[in-house]
Amino acid sequence: MDVLVCVKRVPMVGGKVVVTADGQDVDTRMSGFTVSPHEECAVEEAVQITERAGGTVTVLTLGPPEAADQLREMLALGAHRGVLLQTDGREWGPVATATAIARAVDELGAASFPLLLLGNEAADTGGYQVGVRVAHALGRPCITGIKRLQIDGDLLRAGREYRGAQETFEVALPAVVSVKEGINLPRYPSLPGRLRAKRAEITVLQPQWQADGLRKTALRVPAGTSRRAQVLGHGVEAVPELMRVFREIGVLPAARSARGGESGGAP
Amino acid sequence: MLCLLEADAAGIADESVRALALARSLGLPLAAVVFAEPGDASRDEAVAAELAGTGVTELCVVAAAGLAGYAPVAWARSLEQLMGEGDAAAVVAAATDHGSEVLAHLGALAGLPVAASCVQAAPAGPGHWQLVRQRWAGSLLEDAELDADCALLTVAADAVPADAVPADAVPADTVPAGGLADGSVAALGIPASGSGAGSLADSSGAVPVVRRVTPVLSEADLAVVATQAAETGGGMSLASARVVVGGGRGVGGPEGFTPLEELAALLGGVVGVSRVVTSQGWRPHRQQVGQTGTKISPELYLACGISGAIQHMAGCLSAKHIVVVNTDPDAPIIARAEYAVIGDLAEVIPALVDAIRSTG
Repeated sequence: MDVLVCVKRVPMVGGKVVVTADGQDVDTRMSGFTVSPHEECAVEEAVQITERAGGTVTVLTLGPPEAADQLREMLALGAHRGVLLQTDGREWGPVATATAIARAVDELGAASFPLLLLGNEAADTGGYQVGVRVAHALGRPCITGIKRLQIDGDLLRAGREYRGAQETFEVALPAVVSVKEGINLPRYPSLPGRLRAKRAEITVLQPQWQADGLRKTALRVPAGTSRRAQVLGHGVEAVPELMRVFREIGVLPAARSARGGESGGAP
Repeated sequence: MLCLLEADAAGIADESVRALALARSLGLPLAAVVFAEPGDASRDEAVAAELAGTGVTELCVVAAAGLAGYAPVAWARSLEQLMGEGDAAAVVAAATDHGSEVLAHLGALAGLPVAASCVQAAPAGPGHWQLVRQRWAGSLLEDAELDADCALLTVAADAVPADAVPADAVPADTVPAGGLADGSVAALGIPASGSGAGSLADSSGAVPVVRRVTPVLSEADLAVVATQAAETGGGMSLASARVVVGGGRGVGGPEGFTPLEELAALLGGVVGVSRVVTSQGWRPHRQQVGQTGTKISPELYLACGISGAIQHMAGCLSAKHIVVVNTDPDAPIIARAEYAVIGDLAEVIPALVDAIRSTG
């Protein structure tokens, strides 16, 4: 079965987010880029499906020319084909993105992709809606946030946890599924995989821009508390202070007069 | 406007209470929507009672043949019909898995944009809204403008207090977290919604009118239906644990977790891990704390050998007390913590375990 997986190029952010001087973007001059975590798992899931059942994995992204790097990273994981919906690098909203993806899938031949996988939400913009919108545009059922996926012929069984209970869904293919990290553990790219990815040809398409009804006007880091933790000590000598703090917080019972040999009674 | 509430026998979900608080801050006439619990008619009266004095004038209970439990498109279709019926200016839901999914479907069905994970919102003219929403699960804020006949908003529950304040009353560069003083609706120039905007209960204590509604649903609307199975196994969940002992790269490998597990057991808590740990395969993903794992809100989060990437902090900043054990005095997590021990967790944690055991 041929599977199409949509991924997004996002900045690699470490200990803090830095915003550009004009307050419009995340400053990525010192950062690399990666595929958003849920989506990496979507690609791994697709590769596992095709390893079991045959077929190919096509990875698609909407982004600037450099997003081809992320496609190649996913090709190195075992995807077979890359498609880039190339933009000029400006930010696309979820409606525009979903419309462009659905159009591209139609152009590539929607019938040839009974299963479309995406990540539940992008790490940066967190819109939680591209997968659902793509599904509506293609007239397919959509299940989201999936942590367990099983394919039985034309039937898809998928599950997730919600408020401590297991939620299961059963839909017939063709379908759209968004998954969450934890559905699997992505493999490390193999060396042959990397070499193949480097040489692979990526199909480039031109998506059509449209303005979304939601417009970002600025980005800013929340003020929060810029504090410095109180250092309780160094190494094991800090243990008595740790105990004191834990008692203050209430996660340890108050200090007793017990010393050494006295065996603890009931707490 | 409409606010979707998730509620069960135990009452209205906390995330929905916070979504309701943000909805109230918009100063518009407000109806709440719940979906009928099959076989539990008393739940609806209990929800109405819980809404007493909140300014919600009507509680719509949605029930339809063939709709038993959670069905995202059916729920969205029902909201779409309620929206149209009352000419709603906004539909609000908590940004839970269900809420986010239902509103995404509603946006697709109704051809409307959806602003996800909002922390503040204010009407700014007919069909025009000003919002603040989360990016990077709250590590970054986005100021945005929304143009829509009806505003579809999901609410980031961890960033909105249970009695939210109108947008104007909050300084532009802070995210509200925890208790805030009541603000004044008058400052926004919006006529007061009549009862209790800005505080959860007003003097009248009016209980909303309960109205049962039956949506018109097609077969396609019911194609995706959730089957629920009971809780898996026993044991404390990471999301609800009172104490979490966290381990990161500094633990060094799967064997290194033993002292952390011992400590967690002594403190009545559970072990949580950073993404480095799960991507190495040292621990299963269900123990991961962070943006793509579980969000925790314990009394105490003891983070050992964790540097403090923003995605991890997004999962633990709701902890009441954060204590760090790290060999690096410049680890980013130290700037987000209350207390720190500079040292090797492989020495400190066993010593701490011994000390706790020897004092009974």
